[in-house]
Amino acid sequence: MKQLNSIQKFKEINIDFRAYTLIFALIIIWLFFGFLTGGVFLSTRNFSNLLRQMTIISFLAIGMTPVIITGNIDLSVGSMTGFISVIAAYLQAIILPELLPVLFPVLSVESLGILSTVVTVIICLLIGLLIGLGQGYIIAYGGVPAFIVTLGGQFVLKGGILGVTQGKTIIPIEDSLRLMAQGYLSKYPGIIIAIIAIVIIFLVILQSRTKKKQYNLNTRSLGVDLLVASIFSALVLVFTFMMNSYKGIQIPVLIMVIIAVLITYLMNNTRFGRYIYAVGGNKEATKLSGINVQSVVLKTYALMGLLCGVSGIILTGYVAAGTTSGGTNYELSAIGGCVMGGTSLMGGIGTVFGALMGTLIMTSMENGMSVMNMSVFWQYIVKGLILVLAVYVDVASRKNKSL
Amino acid sequence: MKEEIILRIENVTKDFPGIRALSDVSFKVKKGVIHGLCGENGAGKSTLVKILAGVYPNHTYQGKIYFNNKELKLTSSSIEEAIKEGIATVYQEPVLVPHMTAGENIFLGREPVNNKRIINWNKLFSDTKEILAKYKLNVPLFAKLSTLSVGQQQMVEIAKALAQEVKLLILDEPTSALTESEVNSLIEILKNLKESGVTCIYISHRLEEFFRVTDNITVLRDGQVVDTVKTMDVTEEKIIAMMVGREMKKRFPAKKSNPGEKLLEVKNLSVSVYRKRIIKNVSFDLKKGEILGIAGLMGSGRTELVTALFGEYGNQITGEVFLEGKPIKIKSAEDAIKFGISLVPEDRKEMGLILIQEVFKNISLPNLKKFSSALNIDKYKELQECKKYVDYLSIKTPSLFTITESLSGGNQQKVVIAKWLMSNPKVLIMDDPTRGIDVGTKYEIYGLIQKLAESGVGIIMISSELEEILGMSDRIMVMHEGECTGSLDRKDATQERIMILATNITNTKRDNRNNE
Repeated sequence: MKQLNSIQKFKEINIDFRAYTLIFALIIIWLFFGFLTGGVFLSTRNFSNLLRQMTIISFLAIGMTPVIITGNIDLSVGSMTGFISVIAAYLQAIILPELLPVLFPVLSVESLGILSTVVTVIICLLIGLLIGLGQGYIIAYGGVPAFIVTLGGQFVLKGGILGVTQGKTIIPIEDSLRLMAQGYLSKYPGIIIAIIAIVIIFLVILQSRTKKKQYNLNTRSLGVDLLVASIFSALVLVFTFMMNSYKGIQIPVLIMVIIAVLITYLMNNTRFGRYIYAVGGNKEATKLSGINVQSVVLKTYALMGLLCGVSGIILTGYVAAGTTSGGTNYELSAIGGCVMGGTSLMGGIGTVFGALMGTLIMTSMENGMSVMNMSVFWQYIVKGLILVLAVYVDVASRKNKSL
Repeated sequence: MKEEIILRIENVTKDFPGIRALSDVSFKVKKGVIHGLCGENGAGKSTLVKILAGVYPNHTYQGKIYFNNKELKLTSSSIEEAIKEGIATVYQEPVLVPHMTAGENIFLGREPVNNKRIINWNKLFSDTKEILAKYKLNVPLFAKLSTLSVGQQQMVEIAKALAQEVKLLILDEPTSALTESEVNSLIEILKNLKESGVTCIYISHRLEEFFRVTDNITVLRDGQVVDTVKTMDVTEEKIIAMMVGREMKKRFPAKKSNPGEKLLEVKNLSVSVYRKRIIKNVSFDLKKGEILGIAGLMGSGRTELVTALFGEYGNQITGEVFLEGKPIKIKSAEDAIKFGISLVPEDRKEMGLILIQEVFKNISLPNLKKFSSALNIDKYKELQECKKYVDYLSIKTPSLFTITESLSGGNQQKVVIAKWLMSNPKVLIMDDPTRGIDVGTKYEIYGLIQKLAESGVGIIMISSELEEILGMSDRIMVMHEGECTGSLDRKDATQERIMILATNITNTKRDNRNNE
């Protein structure tokens, strides 16, 4: 037992080391842009914008992580986001305003608007799920390479976008949907959510203590555990007050954090998560361990589809319209974010946290360069080079370790 | 001339994070001899080979190596540099391009060209023919590598090294994937090489081979040289004692067999893949607590038979399988595990383990349902359970969180076994469980198999080593070309009788043709 624990500690440090590198890189980039923009980049206002900018891509990057870990890829997520976005707009602007008053004549205009958003969200999530299941089925059970299936999917969905919009921008969008993508929590609800988050942090850490004791694993001293919990809580509080000093915590950012926590839990604490890593690590061995590899792959695509649904809904709310160009190239940003965050395209390795950090780094670069008024062509060039450089550094550092 | 030294290793020490793989290793290899290198897994053989092959370049270790009286300083981690110096390595799994012919592989990257820099195919093939003939390598000239046996591919690998006029050929466990007859021809080849003046370093886990082919043997243990001896001065027992650091009298545990009631019955099992029947009407049964050995040459269908029982071929199987008297249908590994059948597969790296993952994740993978609900894995219970099996099998690992890839072969194999023990199987199938594993660990695994059988588990064990089959099994079933050619009781079985059944001597002519 003694040996087991010393190594366990070592391992915790090891995991954190990887995460720290990303955080460190992020801080350097922030300071760099803060310096170049005379502090504008680091203002709470810009910071708030930055987080909102990353949300739509971050849903895709979160969903892409399990897909890439199983050794697959999804090139259709940008088009799928765009497609679901125009479906959402079409529902809100054209179908539901006619349908709902007929079905529920007693409701006020305001409640009809909320109902319209609820119906839109449900339908969009379902469509995302179905498309994901469809592509996943062809990949997992049909044996067609993911690259081809999702490339085809990309074309089909682009066609779908043009078909739904007929090349026009679809408006108007209900206020309640716009709130989901553009809204802020007012001061006190924000603080309440922060307090709930802090309570959860403490509960989780203390519960793992009792568990460890129950199984006779030696625990860190109570002081250290409480210190760790306090540090995380302090971060939550600092974030909340920072956001509150501008307009408050943004609703899409909150949705992003909740989804990230849920999927991280799924990846680390459930059988499905364990199977995802196993399939990516060695498909044959996983199959011979009695695991239905095909079903695992199918489920990762279903999850990806669902998250494209979320992304599409938020996109519509944010743009306040359904446009033909929505979602273009998002798949590349999402994949870039995952890879920059340490997800291996060979499969078997990667974390949601890494994907989020990668996306945040990419978004920070984009935002920083915009704030500096750098020409768009330079922005693309710099982003591309940084992505390749980041992965090169990662590959090179791994090579050194193996020697 | 005879006493000339070709390779002198002086005080070589190599550290990995946390482990000293080689500690102050010194020995000499005489020119024109076959020098054996043996030791248990983890003794440092592979590390030493990698240093000589240039995988670990000069600056990553301490000490000096002299080759042909010149200090060997390989700077990059590329094997080309080592080959240029005159050292080539042949590994157990050939590293060749499967859809090219022998000649194309031998001259890959060094194709003879005419003055317009276009490949001169005629010269390439005639050179190939010359090399193959010179060293008496029996390889068809125009067949693609993928159609050759592992043994023949190895010959191509050897030819490739010789074509580059190497002075020192390192053979790293060349025989672990070979059948007995292929081993014999490899040994003939080595003797020919020796006559033509090539020096070889020979590594193997099969000790008897050392006595058939080597002149000197260096024994390594825990990264240190135990001794370098003349082969004719020692015995197999002496070498084993040097390797494990103690006398090992018994190679196999005492046999206490007491087979119980019938556990598994297979009737007329056939498997067809692409309309080709790879298993033909095989019937057998297995009792509780019995060890059934399956012998046969590589390609005899022994692996296909057991993987068929494990659901590998889905709907392509016909015949009946009964477990404890009840008919069962096994369409996937999932089904097999549900019925209590487990398989320790032939190739632990490709099929048994997720090398990039931690030891505990590998052990618990098929057993996660035992400590998880739909929404949560009880990690602490998982770790506790895994720890039990790590202790029970005395798996040498720094911790449960160690990445499985960094363990030695024997310990990796133990992880695979741990994974299947945790699933409490009724029938445990082991496909060549001791392949490429050192003597000490082998003995431990034998003991474990025996203990499992005594506790009532029915065991099916495939092995390439006849001695192992004879030492362990209660009953031996022999296969040849997808058919069961006979079944022998422990008391009637001898190596000769097994070989007769395995080669199906009545078909001698056909076999000879296949071997060519």
